[in-house]
Amino acid sequence: MALLEVEGLVKHFVAERSLFGRALAHVKAVDGVSFSLDAGKTLALVGESGCGKSTVSRLVLRLIEPNAGAVRFDGRDLLSLDASGLRAFRRQAQIIFQDPYASLNPRMTVGQILTEPLALHDLVPPAQRRERVAEILRLVGLEPRLERRYPHEFSGGQRQRIAIARALAVEPKLIICDEPVSALDVSIRSQILNLLRELQDRLGLAYIFVSHDLAVVKHIADHVAVMNLGQIVETAEADALFAAPSHPYSRALLSAIPVPKPRAKRSRIVLQGEIPSALNPPPGCRFHTRCPYVVERCRSEMPRLVADGIGHATACHRTSELPPSAAIVPSDGGFSPVLEKLVAAFSGGPEAVRARGVGPLGTAPA
Amino acid sequence: MSASPLIEIKDLRIRFHGDDGRITHAVDSVDLSVANGETLGIVGESGCGKSVTSLAIMGLLPKQSAEISGAIRFDGFDLLKTPDQTLRDLRGNRLAMIFQEPMTSLNPSFTIGDQIIETILRHRGGSRKSARNRAIELLRRVHIPSPERRIDDYPHKLSGGMRQRVMIAMALACDPRLLIADEPTTALDVTLQAQILELMRELKAASGAAIILITHDLGVVAEVCDEVAVMYAGEIVERAPADELFSAPQHPYTVGLLGSIPRLDHRAEQLATIEGMVPNMAQPPAGCRFAARCPFVLDACTSAPPPLIEVGAGHLSRCIRAPLELLVP
Repeated sequence: MALLEVEGLVKHFVAERSLFGRALAHVKAVDGVSFSLDAGKTLALVGESGCGKSTVSRLVLRLIEPNAGAVRFDGRDLLSLDASGLRAFRRQAQIIFQDPYASLNPRMTVGQILTEPLALHDLVPPAQRRERVAEILRLVGLEPRLERRYPHEFSGGQRQRIAIARALAVEPKLIICDEPVSALDVSIRSQILNLLRELQDRLGLAYIFVSHDLAVVKHIADHVAVMNLGQIVETAEADALFAAPSHPYSRALLSAIPVPKPRAKRSRIVLQGEIPSALNPPPGCRFHTRCPYVVERCRSEMPRLVADGIGHATACHRTSELPPSAAIVPSDGGFSPVLEKLVAAFSGGPEAVRARGVGPLGTAPA
Repeated sequence: MSASPLIEIKDLRIRFHGDDGRITHAVDSVDLSVANGETLGIVGESGCGKSVTSLAIMGLLPKQSAEISGAIRFDGFDLLKTPDQTLRDLRGNRLAMIFQEPMTSLNPSFTIGDQIIETILRHRGGSRKSARNRAIELLRRVHIPSPERRIDDYPHKLSGGMRQRVMIAMALACDPRLLIADEPTTALDVTLQAQILELMRELKAASGAAIILITHDLGVVAEVCDEVAVMYAGEIVERAPADELFSAPQHPYTVGLLGSIPRLDHRAEQLATIEGMVPNMAQPPAGCRFAARCPFVLDACTSAPPPLIEVGAGHLSRCIRAPLELLVP
């Protein structure tokens, strides 16, 4: 059984009200989204700004209430939970945000930040909480002695480790990672990505990974759902999607990934026009205003997600008529053997991270 | 590199004097040059000095706290010794810059047309009517749909991608010889990023202007740059033609950076990581600034600052262990 099942999720935000409070216009942020996620797996939600990927992640945690649809976690219907049921659920599902500068309370020490969830859910008897905090800190590659410090004494990457530690404190089954590495420098980003994967292997965590960085998604996800204007237009195993993206929107997205190789081979699809407003999405297929393969039918009839034999589902009327999808994703050609070996010298791996720990801020950038 | 570069930076040093008397070495002995029609990428992580270098070129660093030495030769001027009045004539004219935040670098209380027209009138003069026509032309050049109508819009009515295109239109208003783009696509989605990069390539081809592109994204660098300078802790640690830099990097920091980005072609179980942290630039280390994080470090690395040495044609590395291919069997 899937850990998380989402069915027909709808969220419309009121964008404008009349003088008497009647809703005049809605932003259709999420409009009929369904997916499921197995324990220990990673589902990535990708798409441009405003496609609804962050709204979906908040709906899944019931941080905001949907207008329609169902969310089942471990077989239980989330939307019917009362306050205590919801609190119990929040022990199972946690979230990590993009900006580690804003998501940690600057007036609490790291120890306090990590003790709070333990106390709230009464997970560990008070006498053993310090020990548990030390254990969690070690798990994310920080030295236990750092628990007395405040968030401002840490660099961005270390703060993101603290945010991850806070999410792990309650031993959740699902962590929603909302652009967890977008605010971090390249070299720090790889440390956090390695950490997330290692924690998944060790603790059997499931992730919903919201990101606009497609190379990162390829690296971390098992399954990918591509969203456009509040709807999933394509969903597939990550490898299948990157090998052969089928929806014209996914093709355009993947073809635009910049790769670290000059003159990389690619057949770039440049989308014309602007992203339509979610206030007034186009009728029919919501992508038709920008689609290079648009036909009359697309303007009036909304396509459904149709899966092929291996679970690769696409919402496009013209799936079978599109040109072959080979060579859409640019190729970076990999490393030369020499470079491969040089890079290997930097791969101390997580063991090395933990062994070395992380120093105090004395040596941090000014 | 042609014989006479458009801009030449010689031994640029920038120190910031903090209120507490602390002196931060933001940029140290940076030499760079860009020829007409070339694109130079400057890459590095937060705090490496890449943006400060570009602000120094534009003369936008605060005079009270920034101590700048060296020379920046552009078009017959030494920008560091040029009076403010002359700099104001150059900026927006022959020297233009695009910033990262299209949301905050446009004035919200004027229409985009007013802002572009102001630039044209300031530097080129002429009638308001002709400046307006030119502004419409520029907006069309950066692919703003129906520019005759859009020109009277306020910035809040435009999407992020359109605002960035307006910024580019404004930068191009007076046909600059040098365009500095500081993280021009960082705030944008991949599809828009591809459009903006395409636009920059078009411009270079059309006008022969030189571009300095400042970014932390190696993918973006590979897309548009001819030459790349990698900065670390205020210094250039490697400089090479783009092809060379990506296929045979000669500084360990560049190797670490390349290894830490996820690749599309193969799924590595672990990404490379650069352990440790950037040195405190109030007291930079005596030797190589990357030594504390380098897997190839020797005793000699920490005793004296390594020079920038030529390891191949146009390929410079600040590493005494280069060429690096000798380090692996």
